[in-house]
Amino acid sequence: MATAAAPDRIPSVARGAAAVPGPRERAGDRLFRLGVAAFALLILALTAALAVMLAVESRGTWRSFGFSFLWSTEWDPIGGKFGALPFLYGTLVSSALALLIAVPLGVGSAIFLAELAPRRVSDAVSFAIELLAAVPSVILGLMGIFLLVPWVRAAEPFLTRWLGWLPLFRGAPYGIGLLAAGLILSLMILPYIAAISREVLLTVPRPLKEGLYALGATRWEVVRGVSLPYARSGILGAIFLALGRALGETMAVTMVIGNTPQISASLFSPAYTMSAVIANELAEASSPDHLSALVAIGLTLFGLTVVVNGLARLLIRRLEARG
Amino acid sequence: MKRMLTMIAAAALLAAPAAARAKSLVGAGSTFGYPIYSKWFAEYHKVKPGLQINYQSIGSGGGILQFTNKTVDFGATDGPMNDAQIEKAGGKVLHIPTVLGGVVPIFNVAGVKELRLDGPALAGIYLGKITMWNDPALVKLNPRAKLPAEPIVVIHRADGSGTTYCFVDYLSKVSPEWKAKVGLGTSVDWPVGLGGKGSEGVTGLVKQNPGAIGYVELIYALQNKLGYASVRNRAGVFVKGTLAGVTAAAAGAARTMPKDFRVSITNAPGRTAYPISTFTWLLVYPKNPAGKGVEIRDFLRWELKSGQKMAAGLGYAPLPLAVKAKVARVVETIE
Repeated sequence: MATAAAPDRIPSVARGAAAVPGPRERAGDRLFRLGVAAFALLILALTAALAVMLAVESRGTWRSFGFSFLWSTEWDPIGGKFGALPFLYGTLVSSALALLIAVPLGVGSAIFLAELAPRRVSDAVSFAIELLAAVPSVILGLMGIFLLVPWVRAAEPFLTRWLGWLPLFRGAPYGIGLLAAGLILSLMILPYIAAISREVLLTVPRPLKEGLYALGATRWEVVRGVSLPYARSGILGAIFLALGRALGETMAVTMVIGNTPQISASLFSPAYTMSAVIANELAEASSPDHLSALVAIGLTLFGLTVVVNGLARLLIRRLEARG
Repeated sequence: MKRMLTMIAAAALLAAPAAARAKSLVGAGSTFGYPIYSKWFAEYHKVKPGLQINYQSIGSGGGILQFTNKTVDFGATDGPMNDAQIEKAGGKVLHIPTVLGGVVPIFNVAGVKELRLDGPALAGIYLGKITMWNDPALVKLNPRAKLPAEPIVVIHRADGSGTTYCFVDYLSKVSPEWKAKVGLGTSVDWPVGLGGKGSEGVTGLVKQNPGAIGYVELIYALQNKLGYASVRNRAGVFVKGTLAGVTAAAAGAARTMPKDFRVSITNAPGRTAYPISTFTWLLVYPKNPAGKGVEIRDFLRWELKSGQKMAAGLGYAPLPLAVKAKVARVVETIE
C-alpha cells in the first residue's frame, strides 16, 4: 500500500513548494498562480453561495416548522403543511437499492475486464459501458416506463410468492414504485462503478501480481490478495461518486417511482424522492410557503450529499492509513 | 485594425435605429396554452414584423410569480390569481380569457369500451371510497357495461399542472368532502393513487395497469386517440368531452360571468355543457410602461378577431361569442 500513497505525496510536496514563492518568481508565473488560485476559490465560493441561497430562500419553512420539517410526514401544499421525511426515505432507499445491485455487478465486471478478459473484449465492453454512461436520463426513464415497469409488474407476484414472508415483497403489483426506481438507478450508476473500478484495477503494478503468481497463487487469490486491496480506495471512490449521482438523479426516477409521498415497508409501493418533488412542483408552486418548502427540500438534499461525501472522505482516508 | 474599428462603428450606427424600432414583449406562464400562444405570436409577427413576442412556457405558478415581480410584460395561467396574489401584484390585474380546454377521464378496464361517470363517483374514486369497479355506484351509472370485480388503480398527475387544477376544481364543486379534505390547487395531497409525470406519464400508467383510471387534457386524448369516459353534467346529461361541449360550458357560464373574468366554468349549466372545462387566461396590467400597453392591446384585438379561428385546429375550444364581446370591451381599456 505504500506505493499507492506515493503518487499522492509527490504533488503535495510540489504544492508546498509553490506556496512559498521564491524570490525570483516572474510576473507571468505570478499571474498564472493567482489566476488558477482564483478559479479554485471560485468553485468554493459557488458552493458556499449555493448553500446560502438555499438557506435564505427556505427560511420561511424553517421558521414555521423548525427541524420537525425533517421528520414530519405530511405534504399538503394547499393546507400549507410540509414535511420532508417521505422524500428523504424515498431518496435513501432507492439509492441504497441501486448500490446493492450495481456494486457487485460493477465491481465484478471491472475485475473481469481488468484481470481476466482478453484485451480486445475488454476494450469493446469498456466502450459500451462508457456509452451507457452517456445515455440521457430521460431516455432511461422512458425505457423504464415501457420496458422495465411491465417486467417488474410481471415479476412482483413471483417475488411475493417466494419472499412474501418479508414485508419488503408484499403489496399490490403496480410495477412502478421503489423497486423499479432502484433498478433504473442501478442501471444509471453501473457504468460509473464499472468504468472507474476497471481503470483503478489496471493501475495495479504487474510485479506485485507476478510475485504472488510465482508463489503459486490462483487467479482468485491474486485478485483477492493484491488487486482488490491495492485498488480498494479507488473503487470506494467510484462507489461514492455513483451514490452521489443516485441521490440527485431526478428525471428517470420520477418517471417510474409513482410520486406518492409515503413511507411503506414494501419495495412494491410507490414513493417519492427529494429531487423528483422539486422538479414536479417547482414550476407551478405559486404560494410563498410552497416555494419555500421546496427550497428547504433542496437544502436538505444538499446537506445529505455533503454528509455522504464527508463520510466517503473519512472512509477512504482511514483505508489509506491502514494500508 | 483601424479600419475594422471604423467598420464596427458604422455597423453600430446603422443597427441602432433598427434596434430601437424592433419592439419586443416578453411573457411567461401556462404550458397548457403554449402551443396556441406560440402559433399566435408567430402569426402576429407576420402581420406586424416590427414586434417580437417571446413566450416562456414555465408553468402557471412561475408565470404568476414573474408577472408579479414585473420581470415579464404579461403572464399566462390556467387557474386565476386569488385576491392575495392580486394584492401582491399591485392590486390591479386584468384576466383575459384566451381559449378553453377540457379534462377527460381515461380508463383501462377489460371488456369495457364506454364508461359513464358522474361527479360523486369520480370524487369517490379519487377519495379512495370507491375501490372496486363493480361498486354499486358505478354499476348504477353503467347498467349495460360488464364491470369486473377488480380493484381500481387511481392515477393522477404528479407535477403541478393546470390540468390538475381544473380536475380538482370540478371535484371540489361536486363533492363537499373533497373540498374539505383535499381542496383546490395545482398540486394537492392526494388521498390515494399513483402519480405520473405529465400527460404522457399518466397515460402510460393507465395503459399499463389493468383497472386504472386517470385524467388528461382533452387535446391530449384527442391527439393520441385515447378512449375516455363521458361525465354527467349539471343538467343530468352524460356528455363526452368535445370542443363544442367545452365552448358550451363557457357559454353557459357567460351570463353570470364576473367583470374580471375570474370564473371557474366547471360544472356549468346547459344541456350540452361539458362539466370539466376551464378557461386559460393571459395576465395583463391595466396600466403599462410607455409604448407597451398599445402593443399588448393591438395584439389582443388581433387575437380576438383572427387568432380565435386558429384555436380549433390546435385542439382548443374558442371563446363563445358572448364572452368574446365582453373580453373585447376590457381589452380596449388597456393603457
